[in-house]
Amino acid sequence: MSTVSDTEVDDVVDTNAPAEDVEIEEPEAQDSDVERAAKHTPSAIPLRVEGLRKEFGGIVAVDEASFEITEGTLTGLIGPNGAGKSTTFNCITGVHEPTAGQVQFNGEDITGLSPDRIANRGLVRTFQIARELEEMTVMENMMLAPKGQRGESLWRSVLPFVRRSVSEQEEEILERCWEMLEFFEIDHLADEYAGNLSGGQRKLLELARALLTEPTVLLLDEPFAGVNPSLEERLLGHIHDLRDDGYTFLIVEHDMDLIMQNCERVIVMHQGRVLTEGPPAEIKRNEDVIEAYLGGEVE
Amino acid sequence: MSGAEQSADDRGTLAAVWEQDAVKLTALVSGLFAAYVVGGLLLSYGLRQQLNELAQLSFFIAVFAMLALALNLHWGYTGLFNIGVIGFMGIGIYTTAILSKGATLTEPAAGTTGGFGLPLWIGIIGGVVAAGLFGGLVALPALRLRADYFAIVTVGLSEVVRFTLLEQSLQQGQVLGYWVGLGGGSGLLLDFDPVDRLLGAFGLLESYTRFSERTGEAIGIGSNPKPVFDGILYGLVLLVFLVGFYVLLTRVGSSPYGRVLKAIREDEDATKALGKDTDRFKIKAFVIGCALMGLGGILLYASQGAITPNAFRPRITFFVWIALIIGGAGSNTGSVMGGAIFAAVLYQGPIFFSNVIEGSFEIDAVNTFAQAVGPLAAADPVPLLAYTVDNIGQLRFVIMGLVLIYLMHNRPEGILGHRKETASTIPLGRRRAKTGGSPPATDGGEENRGVDGE
Amino acid sequence: MGVSDSYERGREFLIEDPIRAALVIVFVVLALDLVRQLAVGQTQFSEFGVLLKDGLMRGLFFGLAGIGLSMTYSILNFANFAHGDLITGGAFGGVAATYVIAGGFGTEAALGSLLLVGAGGSVFGAALGIGVATSPLAVLAGVVVAAVASIALALIIDRFVYKPIRDRSGITLLITSIGVAFALRYLIVFVFGPGRRGVTDPSGIPSVAVPVIDGTVNVDLHEVSLLVVAVVLMLGLHFLLQRTRLGKAMRAMADNEDLARITGIPTERVVRFTWIIGAGLAGVAGYMFVLWNETLHWFQFWSLLLPVFAAVILGGIGSVYGAIAGGLVIGFVMSLSVVWIPGGLSRAAAFLIMIAVLLVRPEGIFAGRSTA
Ligand SMILES: Nc1ncnc2c1ncn2[C@@H]1O[C@H](COP(=O)(O)OP(=O)(O)OP(=O)(O)O)[C@@H](O)[C@H]1O
Ligand SMILES: [Mg+2]
Repeated sequence: MSTVSDTEVDDVVDTNAPAEDVEIEEPEAQDSDVERAAKHTPSAIPLRVEGLRKEFGGIVAVDEASFEITEGTLTGLIGPNGAGKSTTFNCITGVHEPTAGQVQFNGEDITGLSPDRIANRGLVRTFQIARELEEMTVMENMMLAPKGQRGESLWRSVLPFVRRSVSEQEEEILERCWEMLEFFEIDHLADEYAGNLSGGQRKLLELARALLTEPTVLLLDEPFAGVNPSLEERLLGHIHDLRDDGYTFLIVEHDMDLIMQNCERVIVMHQGRVLTEGPPAEIKRNEDVIEAYLGGEVE
Repeated sequence: MSGAEQSADDRGTLAAVWEQDAVKLTALVSGLFAAYVVGGLLLSYGLRQQLNELAQLSFFIAVFAMLALALNLHWGYTGLFNIGVIGFMGIGIYTTAILSKGATLTEPAAGTTGGFGLPLWIGIIGGVVAAGLFGGLVALPALRLRADYFAIVTVGLSEVVRFTLLEQSLQQGQVLGYWVGLGGGSGLLLDFDPVDRLLGAFGLLESYTRFSERTGEAIGIGSNPKPVFDGILYGLVLLVFLVGFYVLLTRVGSSPYGRVLKAIREDEDATKALGKDTDRFKIKAFVIGCALMGLGGILLYASQGAITPNAFRPRITFFVWIALIIGGAGSNTGSVMGGAIFAAVLYQGPIFFSNVIEGSFEIDAVNTFAQAVGPLAAADPVPLLAYTVDNIGQLRFVIMGLVLIYLMHNRPEGILGHRKETASTIPLGRRRAKTGGSPPATDGGEENRGVDGE
Repeated sequence: MGVSDSYERGREFLIEDPIRAALVIVFVVLALDLVRQLAVGQTQFSEFGVLLKDGLMRGLFFGLAGIGLSMTYSILNFANFAHGDLITGGAFGGVAATYVIAGGFGTEAALGSLLLVGAGGSVFGAALGIGVATSPLAVLAGVVVAAVASIALALIIDRFVYKPIRDRSGITLLITSIGVAFALRYLIVFVFGPGRRGVTDPSGIPSVAVPVIDGTVNVDLHEVSLLVVAVVLMLGLHFLLQRTRLGKAMRAMADNEDLARITGIPTERVVRFTWIIGAGLAGVAGYMFVLWNETLHWFQFWSLLLPVFAAVILGGIGSVYGAIAGGLVIGFVMSLSVVWIPGGLSRAAAFLIMIAVLLVRPEGIFAGRSTA
């Protein structure tokens, strides 16, 4: 149907084309990322979304969205309010069942799996509005996250002798939680109720908690909203460090400069569709993106 | 707290929890008992009556505390809005009754029916299992419902249980040669005495009977002292069960399992997003809670001699709710306290109070409200007061309703409630500073972490 | 073409909406079985007629009472467990007024006994000759007082109990309403006593025997009155909702309270009218039900609350017409179920239907749109 073009400008026009085209396109896109991502030599595609569609009654919130995320990269997902970014996240992570389309994680089809299954495979998300477990302490929030806890079996938690093995594992987990809290520099809040945290602290806690599940790919929905600039810088620093350790990130964010400066790749959504994708420099120059932001809703 | 040093040992923690909460609980319960003793002295109750009164008090305290604990697992921990408690209690005791009533192999007289004649302990286990299974049956489809729909489903089912128990066509029939049935509207006679059975199981019944007769004579509580001792013994047995409930549920609560339950209560979607299969946790918690409610029902009714379906109205569910809310949903200690306060103050208290009044003043209560308020015109409040005292049995439910409204307005977290019982088998205090970090900042206040500290 | 067309549509219906399809199938099977039973004489036509009439009477009550429950559920956002006892309170008020008037303001019995609806067996409805035909004025006054008493109770309770916690969650309000139900119900016992009383003079109710194929069905004046009152009130409500600004505001609020607030709909005023309309209808319905039922006691409408909930849920919470339709369905289910199951389980059948609806289609079976 459509021809694969090597020029950057045509690339943009083609992004609404069927999924196969995008796949073929991908190597080209990676090539242009080389300077930034060279040291990771990304090759694998842990997350692939194909023809994703989600309708709510009459509203088409996500419309044939297709994209891929490369391992060890930081990808930005931008778009005006209501573009369908959060809904895309929800469909990927099993919160919503997509009306049509497919989500592949590490080469396996995970479309329509329950959120907990998806999370256990290593694809973990945070929420746009931080979902703290308010009447639990920060440390309880943290302790909840690690996978494979023996004590999550009722009997092991209750029976006298087995319970000791639970405690032993909990000691280890506690250790890890402290390390994580220290890493995010919120260890002084360990005893505080999560409901008492500030917006920025919640975002930190949510990210720290998500990391304890040992994910490989993290989807962050506006992780910097309400976070003050210095904290934001620290958070970004953490994210860069983690990326260098091999984590893969997909980040929704409204702050253009932040996205442009930090992401290797940017996906732009508008009215449920993937408008375009590419390296920041290209996106900045793209007329359609400018149009979408100015013509749609003024930011 | 030196226990923290032996870090992996959970006994240190438990002991610490026990220390604090046990002190609170013991103080509260002995205070309530003391009040009743004083009331009895005011009434110049004889020793027999005094003992009966105390036995009854410990019976109701234990029963409501146990039920509140079970409900706390549902609502306080998991956020499951179960207002069908009585249905599970009914299933528990009815199953026990059918299993353990004396066997009848020939068609019994109208209005009576037999059972399978199994030992009482089997009947009790059967009842608990049946209540749990029924819980599972409800849970499988219903757990994904919104809280208010879940509430309507559970209360509806508890009524369906009652209608089924009332149903004439299930009154009696032959199963495997035994004549058994639900007894219809007239219910079932419980031809087993739990105290006798318990003692019998240890071969102690005879010496107990002799002991009670001799002691009864010695302390002068009149002829036939055995029922008095039975009451006391049964009250004590229930208190032992209560301790069992408390230990079990505290362990459930302070564990990774309990942590997930708490998380579900706070935000189920977020919990799922962290990879927890919340349905599985909810079903288990619901089933365990229902089984415990079944056990509560068995213990409440087993000593009553008979059960009728119309005793199993939603009213009792709401008693348990009021108890839980008084104590504070989300806290096991609070649940016990709520149960005790509900039983002693709201449930038994008004009746005891009216006994005190009626014992102290010679009053003839009028029969209707009109006769009671009429004299108010002539500034004579005595008939109204007398009528009030006479009808305290109904008025106490009005008081319960008002208390519930008051609590929801002013203290939705309960009088004594706190949700601070840490959901972990270990104290979540700062570890011994091994790697860097910032040790000085968090050294203080370590003692209280993970226990109950403010 | 016509056949294959409707076949195709049927197939689509089955696939798209298996739940409704299953309901339709169950309904068709039961209907066929009923026809069979009637044909072979297993059930007589006259018996069936009586059941139908009974179901209609109950259904009208459930529908009328359900309107208020449904409106508070959607507009105030909570399941009001005190709705039944509110109706009981109104009914006691109304019947007390009827007693006082029929009892000649104390000439035929002590005023106190009349006011307390014959508490303790001091005076009986039969002795006072109460009935639509025998004491029309007393009954009319009773209807009005029942409505007024329910409304007054509802407004007072709302002012002191619900209003201060209006911003809390629906669960908090629900639990609070359980407290209200308790307090109200036992206050009623405290004042009026625990007796179950006959409140009408059964000999003074004119009736006609309507011939049916194999017998007759008696229809009496109280049944006709219940029907007429219910239909008139439902039509009045329909007019109110569709034609007046208040009705439109109420519908808007049921849809989306926040939106309604932003668009300047006076929320508290709408809330007040919600209570007034809901409690007023429920009060009248309760009174007419008591007349029809001929008895009154303190937990009468508490024990009918769950079927009313069933009606509301069946019809879709927030939908006035749904509540009426749901009420009729529940009424018919409860009375007709005795054709197949023991009479003692008819209420159980209604509850099981309600539970099934909550499980598979919580927006109600008359869904489509949820509001008004
Ligand atoms: N659960 C839902 N039910 C109905 N409509 C929904 C639902 N969730 C999202 N939508 C609609 O889908 C569209 C996309 O919403 P979405 O939240 O995905 O946008 P977004 O890109 O995340 O916007 P923002 O930047 O404001 O967070 C919106 O029109 C929204 O109203
Ligand atoms: Mg969003």
